[in-house]
Amino acid sequence: MLDVAVSHRQGNFKLHAAFTIESGLTALIGPSGSGKTTLANIVAGLVRPDEGEIKFGATSWLDTGKGLWVPPHKRNIGYVFQEGRLFPQMTVRQNLTYARRFKKVPANEKRDADLIDLLGIRHLLDRRPDKLSGGEKSRVAIGRALFSAPDLLIMDEPLSALDPARKAEIFPHLEYIRDETGIPVLYVSHLMEEVARLATNVIAIENGKIIASGNPAEVLGSQATLPATIPAGSFLQARIEEIFADEGLMKANSAAGTLYLRMADAEVGDTVRVHIPATEITLTRQVPEQISALNRLSGRVETIRSEGGETEIIINCGGERILSRITSRSAEAMALQPGVEIFLLFKAVAIGRQGLFHRHG
Amino acid sequence: MEFQPEDWTALAISLKVAVVAVIFSLPVGIAVSWLLARKEFPGKTLLNGLVHLPLILPPVVTGYLLLIAFGRKGFLGAFLDNAFGLVFSFRWTGAALAAAVMGFPLMVRAIRLSIEAVDQRLEDAAATLGASRLSIFFTVTLPLALPGIVTGAILAFAKAIGEFGATITFVSAIPGETETLASAIYAYTQVPGGDAGAARLTLLAILISFAALIASEALARRTAKRIGSAA
Repeated sequence: MLDVAVSHRQGNFKLHAAFTIESGLTALIGPSGSGKTTLANIVAGLVRPDEGEIKFGATSWLDTGKGLWVPPHKRNIGYVFQEGRLFPQMTVRQNLTYARRFKKVPANEKRDADLIDLLGIRHLLDRRPDKLSGGEKSRVAIGRALFSAPDLLIMDEPLSALDPARKAEIFPHLEYIRDETGIPVLYVSHLMEEVARLATNVIAIENGKIIASGNPAEVLGSQATLPATIPAGSFLQARIEEIFADEGLMKANSAAGTLYLRMADAEVGDTVRVHIPATEITLTRQVPEQISALNRLSGRVETIRSEGGETEIIINCGGERILSRITSRSAEAMALQPGVEIFLLFKAVAIGRQGLFHRHG
Repeated sequence: MEFQPEDWTALAISLKVAVVAVIFSLPVGIAVSWLLARKEFPGKTLLNGLVHLPLILPPVVTGYLLLIAFGRKGFLGAFLDNAFGLVFSFRWTGAALAAAVMGFPLMVRAIRLSIEAVDQRLEDAAATLGASRLSIFFTVTLPLALPGIVTGAILAFAKAIGEFGATITFVSAIPGETETLASAIYAYTQVPGGDAGAARLTLLAILISFAALIASEALARRTAKRIGSAA
């Protein structure tokens, strides 16, 4: 859908990247300074690269060979910036409808009203941005981008300015965009939590180069394909079976076994995505009893790979492959070999809803 | 103290000259400020110097240069007279031109600073929402720079009311045509027994200055409120 192949030099920093994104939410991950925002700005047309080509569907946005460059206002994109960037002199309503002054968006009052209600910003319409909280600004910024009916949505760490409670408030909206609007999303982030929860595809970038791309389980499942600052981990699909509201826990079933998850915005019967960071798992060969870790899975060691003082172990639990990272010293002490039966212990983990809007997953 | 009809005439000319000077120089001032604030181009230093020249030159020199250029026989003056019937020399329009030129550097300074202070990331955001360069200028840059534009216009207005040297050199001080408050005060001080007249006009000048100051304060507060304190 979007094909990008560009190189760009900014001072001493060299960016050289080629990638393709399809529908769904593609997370562009990497440490700060890796060039991910520059890449997003190149796609948006806010940065004009030295060389390269960008094609969106059949439309060419950039072809330096032919001297072609489409300016940002003709690309029909939506961009949600890190800092919101709402226009301070306009009300929320004027911010939302700003793009309509320039783009012909078919009038659909019901859809507009639905979006305003969905984002919960109806009571804010006549306020100016300086009278909004951080979470409210984020929601208005998302609304403003969606009101322009974009063909492609770019989001540059839209949650980074928010505290955990406000983040939790925005996540469902991002999932809604991913699952319900059909707009492809390029989502820039350096936070595992966001990527694990939201991404349908992942592109990892480091020092201006793309080091891995593919589905989240593949890219996020091995430290070898991840920027050093992002911890590797595994994904499981699980179905919520029971909710213990007074304990703040939910019981969920996965192919790997029963999981206890921290309460989140989900209901019994929902399918959720569970992320288990590789370093959060404790391994033991004895049957564990009376331990504080709520989650206890068992499986067989599939592969072992050591590098430096670290060992990555992939464990097959009922068909699901879970990545664990321990020190090489522990791995040797436990005499781990492929085929060995082993227990995995970890605490209740963060979840992301998946398929809650019944489209993907 | 009783005001004379000539006093009101001088006041009226001063106000007319200042208002016309500001109205006509403001669009040019905004355009030049934007160029200086946002664009890199060959000759930018030269343009910047040219804009600031009236601030540095003795006003008499500026007035004399205007006389050479815009006088009836001046190369610009002759052209404008022939092409549009527009005459500057020894007319109140000439006083307005002199006032506009003298106030221009002050106006551009204030507006340029306020345009530079407009967050370019907001302009980028506007571009992603479909706004062209021109639309961005009118919907984002200009409204956010408004306090500076108001300040620049008021500075230029105050300068126009007080302008003396360039005006008297370029268009003289013809009562009823080009004699402004400032040149009328000067004329009073040059004749015996003119003290009372000078005092009356001085009082008027002080009143106008105060009124302009108060109006500018109120205007600045209102625009600042309009664009939100976050700006």
